[in-house]
Amino acid sequence: MATQPEILTKSFELGYTYTRSTGPLIGRFLTGLRERRIHGVRASDGRVIVPPAEYDPQTAAALDELVPVADTGTVTTWCWVCEPLAHHLLPHPFAFALVRLDGADVPLLHLVDAGDETAMRTGMRVRARWSDDPRGSITDIACFEPV
Amino acid sequence: MREAAIVGYVQGPQRRYAGAANESELIMPVVGEVMRQTGVTMQDIDFTCSGSCDYLQGAAFAFVEGLSALATVPPIKESHVEMDAAWALYEALLKIWTGDADVCLVYGFGKSSPGELRSVLTLQLDPYYHVPLWPDSVSMAALQARALLDSGAASERDLAEVVARSRVNALANPNAQLKGRPTVEQLLAEPAFVSPLRRHDCAPITDGASAMIVASGDAARRLCARPAWIRGIDHRMETGILGARDLTRSPSARLAAERAGVARGRVDLVELHAPFSHQEIILRRELGLANEVPVNLSGGALAANAMMVAGFDRIGYVAGCILEGKADRGVAHATSGHCLQQNLVAVLEA
Repeated sequence: MATQPEILTKSFELGYTYTRSTGPLIGRFLTGLRERRIHGVRASDGRVIVPPAEYDPQTAAALDELVPVADTGTVTTWCWVCEPLAHHLLPHPFAFALVRLDGADVPLLHLVDAGDETAMRTGMRVRARWSDDPRGSITDIACFEPV
Repeated sequence: MREAAIVGYVQGPQRRYAGAANESELIMPVVGEVMRQTGVTMQDIDFTCSGSCDYLQGAAFAFVEGLSALATVPPIKESHVEMDAAWALYEALLKIWTGDADVCLVYGFGKSSPGELRSVLTLQLDPYYHVPLWPDSVSMAALQARALLDSGAASERDLAEVVARSRVNALANPNAQLKGRPTVEQLLAEPAFVSPLRRHDCAPITDGASAMIVASGDAARRLCARPAWIRGIDHRMETGILGARDLTRSPSARLAAERAGVARGRVDLVELHAPFSHQEIILRRELGLANEVPVNLSGGALAANAMMVAGFDRIGYVAGCILEGKADRGVAHATSGHCLQQNLVAVLEA
């Protein structure tokens, strides 16, 4: 007579049980945002890259010299989102833009809340609008707005 | 280096929405047809490689389901790239060059219609600096287009001319999704989509699949009277730090073209994988093409753009022209990522 096989059971909950560190460089940048300070990193050729790159875009050398930069800057290119998508952070038409912050050489990607496309132009000056509840994320800068 | 050639290529229907057909059902007809045309059976294939994007299906290792389209018993040697299938072709070539394979099946598939493609492609970007801002693929391209317009290297009329030519060329391509005879004035009268781009400046959303047989020298001669020999192929990429790039140029495409040997002979036709009209202008400049060289006779990606297939289709179209005796030497380009971040250039000869 065959014996019943022993059936092992275990409850299971699908979940990601790890946390992920942003590392020494990105982590310092994001922590700075929580305190409403923006840092770039000095690249091998002396240029300041914002947000900081862990490795040089040309030489791939590890980078670690953080440099404070301003929360004001200049738009180097932009586009106007006429009909925002559900994921977009602003519910009304806005611009994505590359903004070269004062003190930086390499521009960062962010949003500009300009109200209307006619208020946008390459070379315009903008200032960061900070989130009321900074959490250490690139979205601690809610967006930029025309100065 | 061992010789390698494309001996067969089949593109499936390019549709805005393939309905209930799943990925395997898109792949099966094109794989079956390319094997029928070349007389190759599964037992003849030493290596199979595919290109697709798991994010379109929304599941890790979703590409494995694509293998349901093949006979995988007895077991096959298989690989996949989470890139355009042009890079799957490159992997197959590595197998041939190193002597690991003589006959390879390469296919690409993309059911791009489920979900919001513009937002799905956001997930290709940096997870800390970019993704939380949700820059969609059209907005990313529009940043590049503005930079190009600001630089004076192109005008909005130039962009419209690229679109008008694509639509007319696509009339001769039975697989093209978008075709017609719009005038430049009609196109310029259209409203902005993500300014400065209009809807027609952006490739359509396309469901589709394509398949290819590539073989080493002796196998290619045995399988095909006039193989499309791959005389040069190279791929290069640029930094993921968007602001560190000059978006009006594509040094990676230029380098890939140099290394592939584009300038070593006359060019009968060129297929450029430019999912946005302004990118064709950037690529033409970087590849150093003479003005009279026909570009995108297929209509290009503006006529049909199945994700992870459209770059592969550029190579397939040039190969097809050589296989049919319509051309002796052609250049094909594929891109992956945002704003032409990665580029592959291949030179095919009769």
